[in-house]
Formats: sequence, structure tokens, C-alpha cells
Amino acid sequence: MALDPNAPLVLKLVGIGKRFGALSANEAIDLELRRGEILALLGENGAGKTTLMNILFGHYVADAGTISVAGLDDTLAPLAPGSPQAALDAGVGMVHQHFALAESLTVLENVVLGTRSLASLNLDLSGARRKLIALMAESGLDVPPDRRVSRLSVGEKQRLEILKVLYRGARILVLDEPTAVLTPQEVGGLFAVLRRLVASGLSVIFISHKLNEVLAIADRIAVLRAGRKVADRAAAGVDRAVLAELMVGHDITQSRRTPRAPGPPLLMLTKVTVRDPHRRAGLASASLTVHAGEIVGIAGVSGNGQSALAGVIAGTMAPTDGVVTLDGEALNPTPHASIAAGVGRIPEDRHHEGIVGALSIAENLALETLRGAFLKFDAMRTRAAAAIRAYDVRCPGPDAPIQLLSGGNIQKVILARVFERAPRVVLANQPTRGLDVGATAEVHRRLLEARARGVAIVLISEDLDELLALSDRVAVIARGALSPPLAVESVTKEQLGLMMAGHAEAA
Amino acid sequence: MIRFEPRTRAPLALRLTMQMAAVAAALALAAIPLALAGAPLWRAFGLMVQGAAGSAFALTETLTRATPLIFTGLAAAVAFRARLYNIGAEGQLYMGALAAVAIGTGAIAAPPYVLAPLVLLAGAIAGALMMLGPTLLRVRLGVDEVVTTLLLNFVVLLFVQMMLEGPLKDPMGGGWPQSEPILPEGSLPVLFARMRLHAGFIVALIASLALHVLIARTVLGLKIRAVGENAAAARYAGISVAGVMVVVGALSGALAGLAGASEVAGLKGYLTSDMSRGFGYAGIVVAMIAGLDALAVVPAAIFIAGIFVGADTMGRALGVSNYIADLIVAMSLLCVLVSGLFTRFHLRFR
Repeated sequence: MALDPNAPLVLKLVGIGKRFGALSANEAIDLELRRGEILALLGENGAGKTTLMNILFGHYVADAGTISVAGLDDTLAPLAPGSPQAALDAGVGMVHQHFALAESLTVLENVVLGTRSLASLNLDLSGARRKLIALMAESGLDVPPDRRVSRLSVGEKQRLEILKVLYRGARILVLDEPTAVLTPQEVGGLFAVLRRLVASGLSVIFISHKLNEVLAIADRIAVLRAGRKVADRAAAGVDRAVLAELMVGHDITQSRRTPRAPGPPLLMLTKVTVRDPHRRAGLASASLTVHAGEIVGIAGVSGNGQSALAGVIAGTMAPTDGVVTLDGEALNPTPHASIAAGVGRIPEDRHHEGIVGALSIAENLALETLRGAFLKFDAMRTRAAAAIRAYDVRCPGPDAPIQLLSGGNIQKVILARVFERAPRVVLANQPTRGLDVGATAEVHRRLLEARARGVAIVLISEDLDELLALSDRVAVIARGALSPPLAVESVTKEQLGLMMAGHAEAA
Repeated sequence: MIRFEPRTRAPLALRLTMQMAAVAAALALAAIPLALAGAPLWRAFGLMVQGAAGSAFALTETLTRATPLIFTGLAAAVAFRARLYNIGAEGQLYMGALAAVAIGTGAIAAPPYVLAPLVLLAGAIAGALMMLGPTLLRVRLGVDEVVTTLLLNFVVLLFVQMMLEGPLKDPMGGGWPQSEPILPEGSLPVLFARMRLHAGFIVALIASLALHVLIARTVLGLKIRAVGENAAAARYAGISVAGVMVVVGALSGALAGLAGASEVAGLKGYLTSDMSRGFGYAGIVVAMIAGLDALAVVPAAIFIAGIFVGADTMGRALGVSNYIADLIVAMSLLCVLVSGLFTRFHLRFR
């Protein structure tokens, strides 16, 4: 990636600072971006990446500092703070991690959306179509213009989001964790597109916490930690371990699985089928046996039936066909029965299903084990205090509303709720999604500890590195079909990637 | 330009200040139509205060008027806590009153300490049953309870009118569509001689305390809060959301039914189809002003009742329509809803 070091600056951030109450989210951050450059913004969750980009995009107003963006004549002009419209007009476009698409409209309509004045009567779709098709040919981003967004794959939706930004004439493209939802092959495709785009003069800010990707795509890497920029250097020749340490601030000891003979079979799914009424991927005759003291990893791109698989184990979804047994006994399809049978459940979306934000930590811990008429506050507080100590939950105390906690600390509370009941089976659905390195290591450690105690664990994850590090066996789920699990020693990441894309023969 | 940035939590002092500011703003806004009606403003507000709290009699009148509002305020508070939007308190109130007269006008003969509680119980059960249909439709079929409960109000009112013109019509009522009077054994005693304040007020205070204990200190209360704040997480944790909803619906309907039963058994003595002056709807305002807190419902209800009673006095003295009371109550609700913005967000002026 030969970048012209004399390419003109397109974006210059000087001394950006932003405080939220006592928290300093950004502090004196300087950042420069040149034309045709891919700058990776690397940092843990809560390091301030998203805040910085929200300031750039006008969602927040910085307490200090200035932003300048180059116009068409390459001269830097200050950007009006607090105005997304000003950012758009200046050619800054952002693709968020969570897509902002109108599902019931077509690709073309989504592209046009928001580019027409409310008062204009003529939609001029044919003109827009010509422009979009030209743009697709130029950029290599290909999406059928007349297909409804609800029928697009996740990869296609992301391409559409990028097209939307380019259509509006963006010269700076900001991508927030763009690879979180993609298969390894799709990631490769995205990178190819990005290289093509920067070759034609676009500049890209690539936000990520994944070191491998950052090293593969970026020209330059800026590392944020606790709101400050701690490093800014060319990507060529940067050492992975050094980056990790810069990001976290200290060494990370990775938990690793030690081989261990599994116990007797504990959780069994026999030809379980779930037909999802909402037309999302269900589960097609899936069979799976998980032994005591074993972690079975489930790889797959999000939306391929993981929810249904997790649902039948957690008791939130009833199989239309087939049986789930725990230690030989059929499991009733209710959350209550699943909890009572000794299934510990770490839900996929911890904010949505894991916790009730307005309730206290103590109340959230007690939620699965409510009994009797009156709440026993003393017992609940004692229990919460013990969990806070054992899991190192950073919080004001047991009575604090859990919504004040960071994602990692919320996940620790959920871990405490799962493991303090000594479960026989644990369902961990995307347990480290969105967590920082420290909290991720804690989740991994607790899962391996449970495995050593003889718990049968189903680990659903999109992170192949995580699956390969923790699992004894790995199965792949694609379009509702679950492959037979393979011993982890005998599979490669590439093989899993192909299977995730639906090529069963790769097994 | 003003920007809103979310707060993580609002201190109690700020919330109280905001409630007071909202009420003050509502009164200030009410000054506009008052002035347009040609009333001298200071005298008008002075008369309102005097009418609501200027004497022992005025105070008991305000508390009498507050009694049904406490019940309907609690009914809205408990339901809204669980995100079950019961807008049907008005209808449940009338059903409660209807059940009270059905039991209390001679169908059963019993001594006072049996009959009066039975009359209240009948009202509560009737109100609870009224909520059963809308709640089941909501949890089973996802039918919007706002629509069903709201529309049932009109159905119930017509049903009550039919009953008062038919089977329940008082033959001694001189042809007016009204029920027979509740037997003395079924009536709630007045608390002070020559005043209208009755034992229903005490029942309302007990209900407020009981609901507070239920919400804050019991397992069911925690389930209600969990379902209201995040139904998906409650379901995931093994709580039967439908079951909690049905219980909450019954509780809410029962409280609204108690409002009706206590009005006929404590104040009016018999049922007419214009008994409630929108108490069911005003209960929603009470609950919102109280921030859905069961204990705070009592002062909120007394405040709203004071506006009603004070506006009556003021209207009579100055010849201003007493609809000004409804106007002030409506503005209080709007102002409280707006003031919620200030407790949920930091305002940044630039």
C-alpha cells in the first residue's frame, strides 16, 4: 500500500475533548487523514472511538478542539460543530455498525431516501438509478437496485450502506466495526472494495478492535485508550503484540483450553426443527450432543439459525419438531423449565434479554430465582455483594441501577447469575460481543472453569478465534442447518469460513 | 439552539422541583383564559385557594373529591408501571359502582361491618373483571389495550344508562334514571359530623400504602417492575409476562372499581350516569404527576381535587365557567410531561 506521503490532508482534528460528567471520553485528541488513506482507529470498547466519530459527524459537540475538512479545492475549512447536515455537506459519510435502512423499501429507494427535499414532487428515480449504477460499476459494490432491503444478505446491506454514503458525494468514509457481521470471505470482499475506493481518492476511517483486520487493511493506525490517543504510526512493520499492549495498557494472558476427556452426554438435541413465524432462519432437523466437561462451539454468520438453536436450549422457543433432553429427561420449552433443569443462559443481547436496566444489580441477580411472597432484601444484597467481589464488577454498589454499568460489567453480573447456581449446562450466546479485552478474558476464564467442573457448554459465537481457542468441537450453522461437530484440532478457519457461507462439502 | 443530552439518573430534588415548576407553569397558563374571561387574576387564584383549603369544610370537600382520584390514580399507576395502558378506569369505575348498588340496595341483608366491605368488594371484582377482556386480548393476540379499554368506557356508560332506565331504576326516584339508594348498612360512614368526607378516603389511603408495599417489597412487585421495564428480559428470566399482566390488569381494574363503589357507598348514596366527573381520566393525570409512585398518588390526587373544588368556588363567585378546572388539569398533565424532559435530559443552550 504505497501511499503518497505528500497527499493533501482531507481531515484535521485538533485537541478534541469531550466529557460526560466525571468521565473523560475524549481528551486532547489530534488526528489527521490524508487523501487516499485508510486510517484504522483501534481501541477497546469505551476507549472513545465512537464518541470521537460522533463528534466528527455532529451528533455530539466537543467541549474543546476544532475539526477542519478539506473542500473540493483541498483547502481545509472548519466544520460547524453539532450539525450532521454540515458533516454530510462537507463530504463526511458514516456507516454505523447497526444499519439504518428502511427494510420495506428497495435498494434504490433507500439510496434516494433523504437526498430529496420534502417539498419536491418529483422523485426522479430514473436519474438516481443511472447515477447508482454508474457508482456501482466504479466502486465494485454490487447490489441489485430493485430488490427489497428485507431480502438482502447482511453483506449486501453493508454494501448498500456504503453506496448510500458514496451517492451523497462523500470523500471521507467512516466505517464503525464493519466486519462484526461478516464471514471471513465477505471481509475479504469488503477489503478489496475499500482498496479500490481509496485508489480513486476516497479516504477511510476504519474503526475496529480486531488487530488482524486492522493490520491487513490500514495504512496508518491510531490507538485510543481511555479517551486519549496513545499511538499513531504507519501500519507497515507494526508488531501485533505491541498494538495489543497499547490498546489495553498492560499484558493480557489469554486463557487456553487444555485437552480433557469429556464426560457422559448431558444435553441432546434430536432432529430439532424450529419454523420461525417471522420468516427468519429457523432450525432444520438439528441434532447435537454435548457432553459434560465439553465446550461445543457453534460457528456461523449472525441470522443463520443461532437464535432458534439458543431459543430451544434456553426455553424461549418451542421446537416445532424433535426433542431436547437434559440428562435423558425431556426439557419443557419454557424459560422457567429450562432454568429449573439447571441450564445457565447467557443471552445474545445482554441489554435486551439479559437485564432490566432500571432495576438494581441485586434485583437483576435475583430475577431467575424469585420465590415466596416478600423480597428478602438482606439476602439479595449479601448475594449481590458477594457476586460483585467474586466477579470484580465495577459499580457503586448492590443497589445501583444496573443500567449505570458498562457492557463488560453487566456481562459479569450475568455470569454471576449463571454460575452461582451451579448449572449443569451453560448456553453462551455471543458472550463476548462488544466486550473489551479484559472482560472478554474474564468470560473465557469462567467458561473454561465451568468446563473443568464438568459443565456441558454450548458456545455460539461469530468470532472464529474465540471458538477455536475454547471449543473442544466446533459445528457450523448455515441457513438453519447444523453441521455435525468436528474436533477442533482437525478444522481450520478457512474451512469454517466456507462452511459458514453454506458450502457443506468443505467439511 | 438547545440540545438534549440524556442523563443517567435524576436526583430526587430535581424531580420534585420539576413537578412543582410544572404545576406553576400550568397555573400560569391557566391565567390566560381566566384573564380573557375578564376575571381579576389575583382574586380568582385567591378564591381557588380559599375554596380548596380555606376552611375545615373546604379541606374535607377537597379530600372527598380526592378519594376517587386516589383510587383511579393508583389504578393507572400500577398498570402503567407494567406498561399496560389502562385508559378504561372511567368504565371500570362505573362497573364498580353498578356492582355496589346491585349488592348494596337490598339484594343482601347483613350487618354494616359485613355489608359495607361486601359492597366495596363487589365494586373491586366488577372493575377487575372489566379489565380481564382487554388484558387477555393484549397478551394473547397483541390487541392494543389503549383502544379496547378506551372504547369500553362508552360501552359501559351506555350499559349503566340502560340499567338505570331498566332493572335498577328506583321506582321511588320520581322518574329520574337513578338507582335505589344503598342501604345504611352498606354505606361508608362519614368521618366528621356535618362533613361529607367518608371512610372511602381511609380505604384509599390504605390502598395507596398497600400498593406501595406490593410494588417495592414483594416478589410480585419486582416481577411487575421487571415486566414493565423490560418484558423481554423478564420473559428470558422465566417470569410469566402474560400472568403478571393479567394480575396487574385485575389489580388496576379493581382499584378503579373501588373508586366507583366508594363514591356511591360513601358520597352519593345512589348511582346516576353522571356520577363521575371524568375521575377515570383524571386518574391518569394524577398517576403521571405522581411519577407512577403509589405513595405520591395521594398528594397528587389531593392537588387535582383542590383544583376542581377551588375552581367550583371561584367559578360561582366570579361567574367563570368551572370548566376552567378541566383546563388547568389538562395543562398540568402537559406541563408534567414536558417537565419529564428536564429530568431525563441535560439541556445545553448554545
